[in-house]
Amino acid sequence: MQSRPLALTILDIVSIILLGISAYLALVFAPTELVMGDVQRVFYFHIGTAWTALMGFILAAVFSVTYLVSKDLKWDRLQVAAIEVSLVFFLITIVLGSIWARPAWNTWWTWDPRLTTAAVTELIYIAYFMLRQGIDDPERRARFGAVYALVGGLSAPITFFAIRLFRTIHPVVIGGSNAEAEGGFAMTAEMRVAFFFALFAFTVIFIDLFWNRIRLGELQEKVEQLKLKVTL
Amino acid sequence: MITVKKLVKRFGLKTILRGLDFEVQPGEFVALLGPNGAGKTTFLRILASLSRPSLGDVKVAGYRLPNEAAAVRARLGVVSHLPLLYGDLTAEENLRFYGRMYNISGLEPRITEVLEMVGLDNRRRDLVRTYSRGMQQRLAIGRAVLHDPDVMLFDEPYTGLDQDASSMLDEVLKTVAAKGRTVVMTSHDLARAEDLATRFDILSRGVIAASKTHRQLHRSNLLSFYKEALAD
Amino acid sequence: MTNSNSKSGNFLKAVGAVVWKDLQAEFRSRELFSAMLVFSLLIILIFNFALELDIKTRQSVTSGVLWATFAFAGTLGLNRSMAIEKDRGCMDGLLLAPVDRSAIYFGKVISNLVFMLIVETIVLPVYSVLYNINLFQPGLLLVILLGSIGYVGVGTLLSAMAVQTRTRDILLPILLFPIVIPVLLAAVKASNGFLEGLDISEFLLPINLLIAYDIIFIAVAFMVFDSVVEE
Repeated sequence: MQSRPLALTILDIVSIILLGISAYLALVFAPTELVMGDVQRVFYFHIGTAWTALMGFILAAVFSVTYLVSKDLKWDRLQVAAIEVSLVFFLITIVLGSIWARPAWNTWWTWDPRLTTAAVTELIYIAYFMLRQGIDDPERRARFGAVYALVGGLSAPITFFAIRLFRTIHPVVIGGSNAEAEGGFAMTAEMRVAFFFALFAFTVIFIDLFWNRIRLGELQEKVEQLKLKVTL
Repeated sequence: MITVKKLVKRFGLKTILRGLDFEVQPGEFVALLGPNGAGKTTFLRILASLSRPSLGDVKVAGYRLPNEAAAVRARLGVVSHLPLLYGDLTAEENLRFYGRMYNISGLEPRITEVLEMVGLDNRRRDLVRTYSRGMQQRLAIGRAVLHDPDVMLFDEPYTGLDQDASSMLDEVLKTVAAKGRTVVMTSHDLARAEDLATRFDILSRGVIAASKTHRQLHRSNLLSFYKEALAD
Repeated sequence: MTNSNSKSGNFLKAVGAVVWKDLQAEFRSRELFSAMLVFSLLIILIFNFALELDIKTRQSVTSGVLWATFAFAGTLGLNRSMAIEKDRGCMDGLLLAPVDRSAIYFGKVISNLVFMLIVETIVLPVYSVLYNINLFQPGLLLVILLGSIGYVGVGTLLSAMAVQTRTRDILLPILLFPIVIPVLLAAVKASNGFLEGLDISEFLLPINLLIAYDIIFIAVAFMVFDSVVEE
């Protein structure tokens, strides 16, 4: 039985530290934004989690292709890990986006392209897991998962561009500002520091969670194998 | 005609076929016997190119599976315990459809020839969903021989047939086998298998446990042969 | 006894055989078709009561109501079409044929498309009559065609997967709807363009998107269909 690799434990610790620093930068170090006030600080984490989720999304689509080409089940495990992490982070992105939108634009939800696409992608992920749940054979589960993730991976970006290009009818947002204007404020130098650090921190956090999840998948499979040996 | 070496088939963590070796010469009629769950259907599906081997070599009619599957299919006729027929089409429409899928020339006279062979010419314009189980099975065999295959695979063809229908099926099978075709048939029913087959193989625990030709076996000994082979 | 003509000749023959078989069987039973049609009309009825609109506003939601109707009713047809193959083991019969798997895909797409178009051709005049709107503009019909192609192209692939799972019928809409959102977006936008009599240059973009979507997804489905039906 492999014990937890040292590198992973170090990465865990580093991730937590980075998260802490990022929080400090976002909540204390960065100046208060003029128009929206303190709620704007949500933005740093919002972008961080969105970025993480996006990485997971792209990786998942890549793993679809690698699995279908090689038929090696390890790509399936990687894909499940990527999608799970991405699912959680898109959810956080959406919630943070909501928290930001309410005081800033007096609405819990804006139908802007990014947020809406995040929601659609969440639904694709949920459908992905529901598809897998209905299949017993692991090889077929992997194949179907890969196909659906590939189809979803193509569809979500198209959805994003379609909304951006076509949806000119936005709900009228009190305050008059365009609901699409997430970056509707200029960033000072300190803000930029907080911003880029958040991106960096969340990249590390993504890798950490991703690695942990893969390991979890491997351990699960070991358990299945052992169970089988015991029952025979 | 059929050569199988060290065939392994896994479904996830379960291994159904464990290094199975099997060889059939042209013109042989092999009855593949064995208890439920031994892997007879799995094995037949692999030979039929409907399932991929996990490991091992499979050659049918001179072509390797799964790489040259398309070439194998043209020479293969399969009858499973499901009818593989469309209930809302008539008998001749069903045959016409399959004839087109197999790109058979001189289709119309061939359809009549086959219908006469299985004794269903007088009901050719009836919808298949009005057919009894026995009639459907006979039509299914007609479908399987339509393209004059060299190899025929039958998976439990007698399932659900009454005495009359079984006798009719016997006759059809004898006609089919008489043309020098190579046949592999799985069956629970030892009595049926006895009359038709030239060879008896027992599949048990994922390998061929025993094999005897018709000549090596005296009539009453098939049952004891079967029991002995399974006792090991 | 099988000919080995040109491979493409075989392929087209097989596609044609699948389409003809589906049309023939459906013509006899009319199960699929009547279910889709009745469901569509019921949906329009529900929308009528659910959205209590004045005449002017109603005009503006026509495209949306129509496409929502097609999207929901379409799943019935897609489900049923694949279920017919799965029961009685007919899918094996198709897979045993010495022809490329994609012939099955294209055959199914075409027959599913035909069913969907027939239902749409009936729904349009009914809607026209009920709401006194002229829906018979060639532009609109083009959009409906392009949108249906995209919908059926992806839907056939996904229904081939859904039919092999335990949760079967319920699963298809869950899989399909998030993926076809671009089709709905673009189709509604373009339909509106035609209905409002706008100059076509103003909504060329959604039409192009529909065409692009159709091409991309049919190409992808064609490439992965093998993996979905084989074991």
